[in-house]
Amino acid sequence: MIENKPNQALGIVTAGSVEKGTEVRLDSNSSVEDMVVGRYVTIEGKKRRFFGMITDISLGVTDQEITVSPPDTSDRFTAAVLQGTATYGSLHVLPMLTIAGDASSISEGPQPVKTVPSHFSRVNLASEIDMELVFGKEDASRFYIGNPLDMETHLCLDLETLVKRSNGIFGKSGTGKTFLTRILLIGMLQKSRAVNLIFDMHNEYGWMGTSEGGQRQVKALKQLFPEKVAVFTLDEENSRRRGVSTDFVVRIGFEEIDPEDISLLRQTLNLTEAAVEAVYQLRRKLGKDWMQRALDLKDTEETRDLLTEMSIHESTFQNLKRGLGTVRRLPFIVSRSPVDAVKSIMEYLDRGMNVVLEFGRFRDITAYVLVANMLARRIYARYQEKMESSMAGNIAAPTPLVITIEEAHKFLNPEVAPRTIFGTIAREMRKYNVTLLVIDQRPSAIDEEIMSQMGTKITCLLDNERDIDAVLAGVSGKNELKTVLSRLAPKQQALIFGHAVPMPVPFRPRDWGTVESYKEFTRGENTERQAEKDIKDLFD
Amino acid sequence: MENKIAEIIDAGTTDFTAECYELYKIPALGSLVKTIDSPVEIFAVVCYSSTTGIEPGRRPIARGKDETTPEAVYQSNPQLLKLLRSEFQALVVGFKNGDKILPYLPPAPARIHGFVLVCSPLEIAEFSRSFEFLTLLIKSDTQTPPEELIAATMREMSRVQPDPQAFLIAAGKKIVTLLSGDYRRTKAILGRLSL
Repeated sequence: MIENKPNQALGIVTAGSVEKGTEVRLDSNSSVEDMVVGRYVTIEGKKRRFFGMITDISLGVTDQEITVSPPDTSDRFTAAVLQGTATYGSLHVLPMLTIAGDASSISEGPQPVKTVPSHFSRVNLASEIDMELVFGKEDASRFYIGNPLDMETHLCLDLETLVKRSNGIFGKSGTGKTFLTRILLIGMLQKSRAVNLIFDMHNEYGWMGTSEGGQRQVKALKQLFPEKVAVFTLDEENSRRRGVSTDFVVRIGFEEIDPEDISLLRQTLNLTEAAVEAVYQLRRKLGKDWMQRALDLKDTEETRDLLTEMSIHESTFQNLKRGLGTVRRLPFIVSRSPVDAVKSIMEYLDRGMNVVLEFGRFRDITAYVLVANMLARRIYARYQEKMESSMAGNIAAPTPLVITIEEAHKFLNPEVAPRTIFGTIAREMRKYNVTLLVIDQRPSAIDEEIMSQMGTKITCLLDNERDIDAVLAGVSGKNELKTVLSRLAPKQQALIFGHAVPMPVPFRPRDWGTVESYKEFTRGENTERQAEKDIKDLFD
Repeated sequence: MENKIAEIIDAGTTDFTAECYELYKIPALGSLVKTIDSPVEIFAVVCYSSTTGIEPGRRPIARGKDETTPEAVYQSNPQLLKLLRSEFQALVVGFKNGDKILPYLPPAPARIHGFVLVCSPLEIAEFSRSFEFLTLLIKSDTQTPPEELIAATMREMSRVQPDPQAFLIAAGKKIVTLLSGDYRRTKAILGRLSL
């Protein structure tokens, strides 16, 4: 329940510009030490209200001489007199939204800022009600992901809007990316009408995950929503040992691997450019099962002739062969796959089930990049077909799909992004109802073009200058947000901005890992299930 | 008029000088006095006082060589009370016209031979509700340094307030704003404000 507390007055606007934000002089009875970067304030202009964020806090003096010969600090009287007069605190506030006073504007809701409040407008701390006005309430399409810093208000995301574009979750290792992703995935699963395909490199989303430090086991998606989540695994043995109830074991046949997949692995397999070129030639020459055949080539006169014919140098071929050998050694790669993993994934997705693909012990990047790219490419192709048929009016459009990838910079770095399917998805956006949820710790390594196409970005603490720049590129008030971002707590705090929120918000994600938190997440679910059961009982 | 203490002997737009009815019965530096020039009551702050011989050219001579205390000198020379006089100068800081107290200079100076009265605590409290009059004190040009005068005035006024400390802090803040850019003067005044 939100109380209607009177707004706490902070001070008055003394200067400002649309580009740089406004300067607010603190009243003598508000202490700078109570202010926090990232807090929300409202500015009561003459004709409209402004909604902004504190992005900097500074100390000012009216006379420089005070700094040269400061007053005796033990003299409380002098200190009390000087506070708020000759020495004062000031806030830098970045106005972000405005609500004009007339009735039509109120019904339209908050609009982006195009002006600044007039001189001496009062500035108050934003109340819970103000926050609710801006971020809305939890409802059929809005999902509660956390609380704005130091506030009780629920920060709600419109998930249907969110999944229309590719999104990113960034942050240093150990800052809570996985927890945040889990929360977001649950939100999508409950409220977005989209299905998720999660390439779960570290086995954290399907079944049990561990909390930071590994002291505590936390539940994951399948345990909370067994009807909506299917766990696929590449490593059956590992899954069984962990007690995961898996739905499908994925095997990949040699003939399913395309030259594009190998070219993507150039760096991880330590291949030369020429070797990558050779792959394409081999595919052309040897046909669908090129990989098997290339690996089977013996060091004979015939082989040498074949290579000369394709103008592949002997050393290049050896280099390639070593690389392909690494791929072949992956236990889930078989010469001929007994089942079609893509078909099976598609079936689940079509039924509205969310698929988590666990990698088990195969956590090395080669396996991850290879499998994720290969499967995603083929699933995307199916989606494209379906979408095109639906445009022709034959069938209904496929359910929107969100593909979650970790270590995204391996797929989306400027070198490989143009060639991977993820690069294509990120750029073409929602044309074919497929979008990405990118999770990464080095956003600076991701191609700029792709970063710029992301709709909403959520970022936990980052402390590398280049990473911060990459995440915030193109956002208005970038410098101010930089201050906020670099001051986030190392855990359980994040900054969200972009398409799905009216303005950037630093927030504390919802709790995860306690019994109460699970209850909260599954609340709606259980009542629905109970209702269905009741109806069934009634008619049986 | 029981509060009557002196009579005006010299008056101008910004200040007046008054002679005390009794030798040495001078109001304290910075205390608020008033003179009534119906219908206007002029308020002033005592800014300088002196006791001298009545004849300008004649200086008093030392008389206490054989006396034990200064009081004894006066007892054995009763004529002294008539030969000496105490006067004080007061800076006009505002006036009252009807019910309204106005913190600026009155249209006309006080009249010679007007009576000077000590203000009651109630009047002081009422007058000190606004600190606007401080502008006049800051700009004053008297023999007393303005820093001393302002500090004395505020200390005097604080005596009648329910919370003297809060009053002085509020006054201090006003002084800081008025003297913005002159930190040394501000510091000098603030240093003299503590009770």
